[in-house]
Amino acid sequence: MRIPCPNCGERGLEEFSYRGDATVTRPTSIEPSSESAWLDYVYLRDNPYGPHWEFWHHISGCRAWFRLKRDTVTHEVLAVALAAEVDGEDHRS
Amino acid sequence: MKHSALQIFRQAWSSHRKWPRTWSSPEPKPAYDVVIVGGGGHGLATAFYLASEHGIRNVAVLEKGWIGGGNTGRNTTIVRSNYLLDGNEPFYEWSLKLWEGLEQSLNYNVMMSQRGVINLFHSDSQRDGFIRRGNAMLMHGADAKLMDRDELEKVLPYLDFDNARFPVLGGLCQPRGGTARHDAVAWGFARAADQLGVDIIQNCEVTGMRIKDGAIDGLDTTRGFIGAGKVGLAVAGNSSRLASMAGLRLPLESHVLQAFVSESIKPLVDTVVTFGAGHFYVSQSDKGGLVFGGDLDGYNSYAQRGNLPTAEHIMESGMAMMPCLGRVRVVRHWGGVMDMTMDGSPIIGLTPVTGLYLNGGWCYGGFKATPGSGWVFAYTLARGEPHRLNAAYRLDRFSAGRIIDEKGVGPQPNLH
Repeated sequence: MRIPCPNCGERGLEEFSYRGDATVTRPTSIEPSSESAWLDYVYLRDNPYGPHWEFWHHISGCRAWFRLKRDTVTHEVLAVALAAEVDGEDHRS
Repeated sequence: MKHSALQIFRQAWSSHRKWPRTWSSPEPKPAYDVVIVGGGGHGLATAFYLASEHGIRNVAVLEKGWIGGGNTGRNTTIVRSNYLLDGNEPFYEWSLKLWEGLEQSLNYNVMMSQRGVINLFHSDSQRDGFIRRGNAMLMHGADAKLMDRDELEKVLPYLDFDNARFPVLGGLCQPRGGTARHDAVAWGFARAADQLGVDIIQNCEVTGMRIKDGAIDGLDTTRGFIGAGKVGLAVAGNSSRLASMAGLRLPLESHVLQAFVSESIKPLVDTVVTFGAGHFYVSQSDKGGLVFGGDLDGYNSYAQRGNLPTAEHIMESGMAMMPCLGRVRVVRHWGGVMDMTMDGSPIIGLTPVTGLYLNGGWCYGGFKATPGSGWVFAYTLARGEPHRLNAAYRLDRFSAGRIIDEKGVGPQPNLH
């Protein structure tokens, strides 16, 4: 599997580290009423069979964080965007 | 037919051509009291214990492929109960006790070999941690013994004891641990369950769940609708996919784990050894191949194959522990899909859907748990409540904050 870094282009898998699902949202509230939102964020995952938006870190390269849309069955890369980019796109789709 | 030495002798007269089929392949009935989804070791063990311990025999096991073709046939066959935490150790020790009598209960040779499992340590602090774990094991009735370097040099003379970075200082050994033949475990449970009246239905994939008023009603499958009083999921690797059919999201990710087998060599490793400075474990099969593995690839995957960087990393760990491995050629390697939970411990218990029970989240420790998992899951399905041995593995432990994080790495599935 080769990973396309938005800065460096396609590089070997060994240069990257993986964070996981990029569609979960960290709650802004720390009130007890937000408990279920925290449960969702920390623990629960869709874990899709197919396209998956996920965070990668080019740790042995440019050190950029980015989102990758990758098929978890075929490893086909479908889209990539720097994590810092606010593009208004809904990454859950 | 009961397997015995006499039977082998009798069958020899007909050149072993008259052995009956190990299990029958019936057509699915319209409905069952209990339907188990997943014909791996855990699902088959559950069906066997439902029939043998709880008298529930109107049971079907649905398997999308063939019996034991998933992770049961893909693991590295290690059996042990060397855990630290209260939620884990009693369960795994009960499982090991079931392993010890399994061939008699199933009347099937699963080639259980209690050759010992040795975890190496390479620093003083790691030794202290292992002593603590060994003491926890002893307190729960398991066996453990600390081995110093001199003892290790007698049984594993080829380790790189004076490695500059990771000298081998000693090891924690569980003498009752060992290996078993993984295919035989699936076949043995299938045969024993079949003889008690369980229907084993292969090539039958679940495509949907029918839920009425919050309770399970039955399953849509590639072989038609099958009604069910209770449904038990034992589909590790695919638990999220099945649970999503019931509208549930689970605290886990699916990851790929690779395993490797070398060419056959003369007896070299007569125990199970794990490297303490990396992640590497090795044993030797009866055919002579070294069976080994290490870390997950580390990214979500449903592909039953891994990538090269992890394979290289595992070989490097092996070389650091046992430099003579460099002369051995690898002949096969493959991947299996693991349910990696957020705390690294399994989930066995009830779900928010009445009558739907979950057995999954085995991370990469499912094989050793096979009989214990089936035993407690059968109890949970029969009684509608968990046994005390799996009470800590409940699904709602994440919302309750009662996680069982053996490694203490937090909710990051690829690190467990």
